Amino acid sequence: MPEAPVVGIDLGTTNSLVAYMEGDRPIVIPGVDGSSLVPSVVALEPLPKAGGRPTVSVGNSARKVLIESPERVIYSVKRLMGRSLAEVKNELKLFPFRLAEDAAEGEVPRLQLGELRFTPPEISAYVLRQLKRNAERFFGVEVKQAVITVPAYFNDAERQATKDAGRMAGLQVLRLVNEPTAAALAYGLDRAKIGTIAVYDLGGGTFDISILKLNDGIFEVQSTNGDTHLGGDDIDNLLLTVALDEIHSEHGINLREHPGAVQALRKAAIDAKIRLSTEDSASFDVELPNGDRYQREIPREVFELLIEPVLARTAYPCKQAMTDAGVTPEQIDEVVLVGGSTRIPAVRALVDSLFNLSARGKKCNADLNPDEVVAMGAAVQAGILSGSSKTTDDLLLLDVTPLSLGIEALGGVTAKIIQRNSTIPASAVEYFTTGVDGQTNVAIHVVQGERELADDCRSLARFDLKGIPPMTAGLPRIEVRFLIDADGILKVTAREQRSGKEAEIEVKATYGLTDEQVETMILDSYDHAEEDFAKRLLIEARNEALGLLNAVDRGSQTPAWALLTTEERTAIGEARNHLLEAAKGYDIPAISAAIAALDKATRRFAEMMMDAAVSTAIRGKTMDAAGEELAEAVTAPHAFSPAEFK
Amino acid sequence: MLKVIDSAVPVACWSCSVAHNTSTLFCPHCSKIQPPAAGDYFSVFSLEPRLNIDTAVLEHEFHRLSRKLHPDRYARATDSEREFALADTALLNDAYRTLKDPLRRTEYLLKLMGAEVGDYTAAEGKPAKDANRAPIDLLEEVFELNMQLEEMRGARKAGEDNTDLERDLTLAKTKFERLVEAVDAELREQWSNWEAGDATARKIAQKHMVALLDRRRYLSNLVREVSETLGA
Repeated sequence: MPEAPVVGIDLGTTNSLVAYMEGDRPIVIPGVDGSSLVPSVVALEPLPKAGGRPTVSVGNSARKVLIESPERVIYSVKRLMGRSLAEVKNELKLFPFRLAEDAAEGEVPRLQLGELRFTPPEISAYVLRQLKRNAERFFGVEVKQAVITVPAYFNDAERQATKDAGRMAGLQVLRLVNEPTAAALAYGLDRAKIGTIAVYDLGGGTFDISILKLNDGIFEVQSTNGDTHLGGDDIDNLLLTVALDEIHSEHGINLREHPGAVQALRKAAIDAKIRLSTEDSASFDVELPNGDRYQREIPREVFELLIEPVLARTAYPCKQAMTDAGVTPEQIDEVVLVGGSTRIPAVRALVDSLFNLSARGKKCNADLNPDEVVAMGAAVQAGILSGSSKTTDDLLLLDVTPLSLGIEALGGVTAKIIQRNSTIPASAVEYFTTGVDGQTNVAIHVVQGERELADDCRSLARFDLKGIPPMTAGLPRIEVRFLIDADGILKVTAREQRSGKEAEIEVKATYGLTDEQVETMILDSYDHAEEDFAKRLLIEARNEALGLLNAVDRGSQTPAWALLTTEERTAIGEARNHLLEAAKGYDIPAISAAIAALDKATRRFAEMMMDAAVSTAIRGKTMDAAGEELAEAVTAPHAFSPAEFK
Repeated sequence: MLKVIDSAVPVACWSCSVAHNTSTLFCPHCSKIQPPAAGDYFSVFSLEPRLNIDTAVLEHEFHRLSRKLHPDRYARATDSEREFALADTALLNDAYRTLKDPLRRTEYLLKLMGAEVGDYTAAEGKPAKDANRAPIDLLEEVFELNMQLEEMRGARKAGEDNTDLERDLTLAKTKFERLVEAVDAELREQWSNWEAGDATARKIAQKHMVALLDRRRYLSNLVREVSETLGA
């Protein structure tokens, strides 16, 4: 088997994508439905009666379950990655996450999904596995290595949880890259070689601002700041809250007791939000459980007033980042916009004023698709790591740690040992000793954050230095080395210098899974075997063929069939029979070729069906996608359609 | 805390076993990456301990070394090479961060020479508790400034505007900023004294620099406090 490239993955709050370097440019890999965005939504299908492995669906198909059985679906799980029980409980107020009842403080919280319980990294692993499979179908070989992006402002635990998710999905995570930095890489590929840029990244659930200096292929991050719980989700929640309150007061229905209806309303809120980016007004029109309709017009001015407090929360991090980088707005040559929420005109206006753009005759840069740019940048970093592309040979990313690392000193004060915005990898050496004669253990509490008291910072880990040779108090000299690696994750080693003995460290992460726990959570460890892998590819190819055949057969019963020419009908018939034969065999490339042939033969047919059924013709769709759109008329199984590439 | 490289001890390459006398980042024989050598931050950039450093040259050298040492370049190398790249780059980054900043550089060199200095970096971002000794020549002004700051905070709390006080404070801020600049100029003078001087002259320069760093720390905390009060 040929070797698959290292892929770049944007594991987003709302959507996730996978991309790779094709020659000298990053390409986003489409999924089963031809769309490159895989909604970060995971649904548990009804458990098989006879027992066996539970089936989990991911993406659009999982999203469809959301309104009917919301208790079997989880979305926006990124908000919970690496977080403690108390923090998760806080999120529950706004999101329909259901904590497992047996959750205990100090453990990684588990979420109830239908009958089963999963930790946030496991849910993310399902999303990652879907992306991995999309890439594997695309390449026809197993994908083993990936670069995954994380919000720049993610702390150690959040990063570690993301890495754990990758491992559970069967991926070796070669590097975690910060999302804004990845975007800068994607932008920087064919751009001015020298200058200072700011990346303003407002996504579904997180906000990051990074300031970078570009110098002849070196992307040196000067500073980063952000808020890991600020994004489009918050805007949706504002609209949702307004609607829920109005429905309660005007119609006397407390919709909060109807999770399915809340989801329908949330979808309406999201649609309204999206429309308000291009239109002056958007309306809600939702049917309520009692048959009433909730109708509401939202003018853009009202929307902008409503979301102002959310947007204002991005201003302070921007100013702090500039201060930390030692630059004024005028010294920033370019501001790059990333994340779906930057499509909101009010966001662009805020960025314009924060960086004084209009006055300088400049505009925000949103040339690349804000949904795809992070995945593309991840692909560039994947290219850098694999040394596979000439374009990426001269590129080097020097990123920073977003938060200061400290240890709890006497009196509960934080003693900072690595300052925020230090280029990573970064290290610090500290010396510890004993306070009592014969003491053999020393406990160290490591925290991350900017606050003066350790209690106000985020607890990272407690280290117990064990096996110190018994000596007079104050005599042992234990050298502890703290190293933040290129992923932004802390590693600690210790040595007792007087005896020369390596002190044993028991690392107990405050939040997070142990190695052993991660091991037990690895999904489908069976499909590591190459033989199984080939089998799976064959099954997938056959499924894909079957789906297409089904769609064609059903299509031939529609009125559109009669509109085809005789030649077209013959060609489709031949291609159909050819695929039917191929699908019985074991030759995957032959099946793929036959799928492509039938797909090509039915291209016009698909378009005609589409034209007939929907008022707005959507061109260039494949047969399967047409079937997907025509859910009423054609109920084709959701098959693997061959991906289309521009 | 730091050991000066003992270049008389030959170091054997982990890969080809050929010994070489000077510690280098790459084996002169087989070109493989080597673990970090026990040296100070200056030696990372092949510099003698010094204070006058052209930061543009330092940056250029930092980028050149980063390209060669960064873990990204060793993603597919052996475990030990990856480990060395990580350790070498961490050292390079730590060294660059310290040396590019004139104050951290001065402080680092003084510590290297065995002087006791307050921690400039630890005091950053908050009024340092050990830095509350006002320089004697400024006692009176600092006293008055503190009164004005107190008054300003009171006014701010009550939601009142006090343009006179605001103007006074702005003037005071400018004045103290000038004093910081003066300290910086004196520090640079001492840098040159230290670099040009013999052992005795260096001792004297070091003593001056320790005092100057203390004074500067005090002054910049004061400036920050005024800025915060004015900006609040």
